[in-house]
Order: sequence, then structure tokens, then C-alpha cells
Amino acid sequence: MINTKAADYEPAPLIEPGHTFASISDKIGNVVLSTNTPLTWFIVVSIGFMIMGALGMAVTWLMIKGTGIWGVNQPVGWGFAIINFVWWIGIGHAGTLISAILLLLKQGWRTSINRFAEGMTIFAVMCAGLFPLVHTGRPWLAAYWLFPYPNSMGVWPQFRSPLIWDVFAVSTYFTVSLLFWYVGLIPDLATLRDKAKLKPVKIAYGMLALGWRGSARHWHRYEVASLILAGLSTPLVLSVHTVVSFDFAVSVIPGWHATIFPPYFVAGAIYSGFAMVLTLAIPVRRFYGMESLITMRHIDNMAKVMLATGLIVGYGYSMEAFFAWYSASPHEQFMMWNRMTGQYAWAYWLLISINVVMVQFLWFKRVRQNVGLLFVMSLIVNVGMWLERFVIVVTSLANDFVPTSWAHYTPTMWDYLLYAGTFGLFTTAFLLFLRFVPMISIFEVKTLLPQAKVKAEP
Amino acid sequence: MADIPETTPALHGVMAEYDNGQALVDAARKTMAHGFTQVEAYSPVPIEDLNTIIHKSRTVLPGLVLTGGLTGMATGFALQYWASVIEYPINIGGRPLASWTTFIVPSYELTILFAALTAAIGMILLNGLPQPYHPVFNVQRFSLASSDKFFLVIESRDPKFGAAAAFLRETGARGVYDVAE
Repeated sequence: MINTKAADYEPAPLIEPGHTFASISDKIGNVVLSTNTPLTWFIVVSIGFMIMGALGMAVTWLMIKGTGIWGVNQPVGWGFAIINFVWWIGIGHAGTLISAILLLLKQGWRTSINRFAEGMTIFAVMCAGLFPLVHTGRPWLAAYWLFPYPNSMGVWPQFRSPLIWDVFAVSTYFTVSLLFWYVGLIPDLATLRDKAKLKPVKIAYGMLALGWRGSARHWHRYEVASLILAGLSTPLVLSVHTVVSFDFAVSVIPGWHATIFPPYFVAGAIYSGFAMVLTLAIPVRRFYGMESLITMRHIDNMAKVMLATGLIVGYGYSMEAFFAWYSASPHEQFMMWNRMTGQYAWAYWLLISINVVMVQFLWFKRVRQNVGLLFVMSLIVNVGMWLERFVIVVTSLANDFVPTSWAHYTPTMWDYLLYAGTFGLFTTAFLLFLRFVPMISIFEVKTLLPQAKVKAEP
Repeated sequence: MADIPETTPALHGVMAEYDNGQALVDAARKTMAHGFTQVEAYSPVPIEDLNTIIHKSRTVLPGLVLTGGLTGMATGFALQYWASVIEYPINIGGRPLASWTTFIVPSYELTILFAALTAAIGMILLNGLPQPYHPVFNVQRFSLASSDKFFLVIESRDPKFGAAAAFLRETGARGVYDVAE
């Protein structure tokens, strides 16, 4: 009885048996080197490009008319722009978690998904960074508000403001993510250089690979650098969403001024980020036939991380309610009551039913093994996390201290268009990445094979 | 090149090809034990022991990264102190101008930024990259070094180079090739 059950607890293999070094290089490399681009790729990238056009429109009209075209006004001065900023940057966090924290924890399963999760991070941070930049209304002036450089007016940024901290955190995050990604790519770019048949392709990847030879010295420094970058990215990723939460927590608005915000925001970020990784991984592995490299074990593990972080987020919600009650502050108590029963109660209960109730289904292995269901759930989780940021940003501002200043916030068409437009940017960038860069780290997956194992000193 | 008269081309070294990492590591151990000094191994995946077997030295990168990080921290703090206290002092709610606790976050971020830049750029430069040309690429088979073959090179500046090709043939190599300079 026990023996027959034991097999159920045996972890599934990380990559399916039968792969060799050469088959991995071919399988992943050929997606990039093939001259035969799938028609679906062209269709999806054109849709993405069209939506990106809408982004261009939304930004252009914003630059012409100013932020008055949005739904923001007193007292809700932070609307879609900040919600979307927090949402996108949170999504990015899963990529860094996979590439850095799971590397330090020696989680072999990360190797199949880290490359495109990191890509997702970079594109998500690009989308995120757009919002605070354009929400200033006049980004060309934002240069001296945000960046410390000697300007002719002799003014300097206010370093006591969390908004400036955010500029440092997000720009560092983007730079370090890009570096980490590129460093991870160098050996794979060398593989593409060596496999390419066409001269221009060979030259292009050759230049990007910088002349990588894979010598013992190269690899030694490379491994040291990767480990250091992982060690640096880990505190960085935790600090980024902490600083994002400071944008709220350092203020005195009811519902924002809470000490639980940093860990609660970081957990929410990883939760939504893993949902996005699943949203991307499930169709991509199917479309490119990567099921033997991104196996059910990966899908299962990602669902488990989503469950664990979702539970932390649920704990955050309950603590928010507890703090509000225990604070004995009438404004805090009203804030919580208003969230649950006020003008945006629908959003609150929707996010609770997604992030607290629906996520519980992930306890069941049968749910975690159902790829179609997981895909739908990951989409819903993304919606749920967007609603969470909506509730945090809007309810606290719309009904703050003095009832005479209360208002209702309604986003305009331009709010929606700008948000939708970032999906165009994300989709286009992600599809270009799938086409031109190995979507799975070739050399790291090889290290999982038995052929890569070398016996210690005899 | 065809137009160069028939002198033997200068050799960078001789290269042996192996089928797997274990064979390469075994050969590298034998080669070092045999007293060769100018040796380099090439593999499609990182092999932990290989650098210690052949080069015996570890990289200076961690020290550089530490220096980079500390420089970043000092830069971040000095920048904020100078801007907030000396160049552009503003009284915000009666807080001290040198309110150092609020300077922590940007200093922290710049620590990581400088350290990460040092790690990435340092790794690339210490590896001598970008390097558009290297003699090992003259060997046709070497294009498999990034795919599934493993290579060991004994360079011509090795004092015992004369015996290198014959020696490598004895190490279980799949093939031994001359590497033109």
C-alpha cells in the first residue's frame, strides 16, 4: 500500500529524459536561428504593435493636453498611473526572484524558466517606468525633479521624499536586471554565433557574444560574477517593492500609513509576478513545443509559489483590517469600513474572492496539474492584484479625512488607453525576445544533464 | 591565406577534442601532472574543478565588487549630503538638514548599482572581452565548443610544447588539431 503510494511523492524530472547537450542546443537555438518564422508570431506581434500605437497616441495626447485628460483630480490625485506602475513593477519581481533568489537557494528547476522570466521583468519594468514618468505631465521637466544633476537653476531633488527613493530604486532595478540578463545571455549568444549558418546572423551574434570562448578562466569568473549578481539582486528586489510601498506608507493617509506595507507589497509582487510567468509560460511552452524542458514540475512549483505568496497576501489583508480596528483611530476604522461597504466595495470583495478564496484551490494537485485551468487562474490573479492596488490607491484618497472633500474617481478613456497600450509594448517586446534570443538558458539547462556531472578528485 | 608563400604558419598551440566533461577533466589532470604549464580548457558548460586544476588561481572579482559597492555607497551619501546640506539647504518641517536616515535608501541603491556594474563589467574585462579574434576559432571543430564538445589546448609558448601533440593523443582525445596563430 505504502509502496504504491510512494511513487506519487517522487518529484517529476526537471527535464524529460532523452535530452543531450546537442539536442538542447538545437531545440532552443533553432527557434532563434530558423529562417521560418511561424505565421502566428507575425499575427501576435502585429496585434501587439498596433496596441503599442495606441500607447503612442495616449502619450502624445497627454503631452499636448496635460494630465487633465485623465480622471484624476482632487482628492484622488493618484489614479491609474500609480496603480499601473505598482502593478507592472510587481510583476517584474518574479523574474528576479527566479533568477537570483532561487539561484542562491540552488533550486535547479529555475534554469528552464529564468531566461524568459527575466525578460518579462525587464519589459514589465519598462512599462512600469513609463507611468511615473508621464504622470508628471511634463517629463522633460521631471529630469531635474527626479535626477540629481547640476542644472542652470541650481535646484536639487528632495532626498527626504520616498518618491525620489523610488527613482533610485527603480532605475537601479532596471539597470541591474538588464546587466544580469545580458551576462546570463553571453554563453548562449556564443552558441548561436557558432551554430548560425548565415554570415550576417553569425556576425550579429558574434558581436553580442563579445568573443566568448568558454575557457576554464572564462567560466570561473563568469560563475563568480553570476553568484555575486544574484547576491546583489536579492536585496535589491526586496528593496524595490519596499520602496514602492514607502510611497504610501511614509504618508499619513488612512490605510497607507501602515508598517506591514513593505513585506505585504513584496509578497504581493511575487504573487502577481508568478501569475504572469504562468500566463506567459503556459502558451509559450505549448506553442514552441518546449514541454520537455518546461515540464509539469515547473508549472507545479510555480503554482505552489503562487499559493504560498498568496497566503502571505491574505495575511496582509487580515492585518490591515486588524490594524485599522486596533489603531483606535476613527479615520483608520472608517477607511476599512469604507473599503468593505463604501463606493468601491465591489472591488474590495472581488479582490478578496480572488486573492484569498480562489487561490486556495491551488492546494489541490489536480488543479496544479491542469494547465488550462492554471492559465485562466493566473489571468484572474493578475486582475485580482490590479484590483488590490486600485483599492489601496483610490479608496484611501476618495474618502480621506473631511467628508466635504470626498469624491468619486472615474477613469477616462485616456486612462484605459494608456494602460492597454502598455500591453502592446510588453507583447511586442516579449515576442521580439522570443524570436531573437534563446528563450531558455541553453548552457544552464545543460548543466542539469548527467553528462555535465564530473567526478571529484579521484 | 593563399597568397602567402609556403611557410608553415605559426602555431598558437595544439588542441585535443573530448566527448564529455569527465574526459576533459581527466585529461586536464594528466596534462598538468605531466608538467605542461600553458594550458587552457574549453567547455560548453561551467565545470567547477577545471579552473582549479589548470590555473590554480582564483579571480580578483569579489574584491573589486566590494570596492565598487563601497564607492557606490560613499557616492550616494556624499551626493545627498552635499545637495541637501551644502548646495541647496531647505528647511522641511524643521527637520535637520543632515537627516541621514532618509539618505539611506538612495545610498543603498547606489551601493548595489555600483557593485553590480563592477561585477558585470569586471567579469567581461577580466576575461579579456570583447575580443573579436582568437586563434582557437581557426579550428573548424571548435564551433562545437559551445554546443557539446570539450577541448584542451596546450599553447606553443609552453617549454615542453614539442611533446604536446603526441602527449594529447594519449589522453583519450577524439582528435588532435593544430591551432594556427
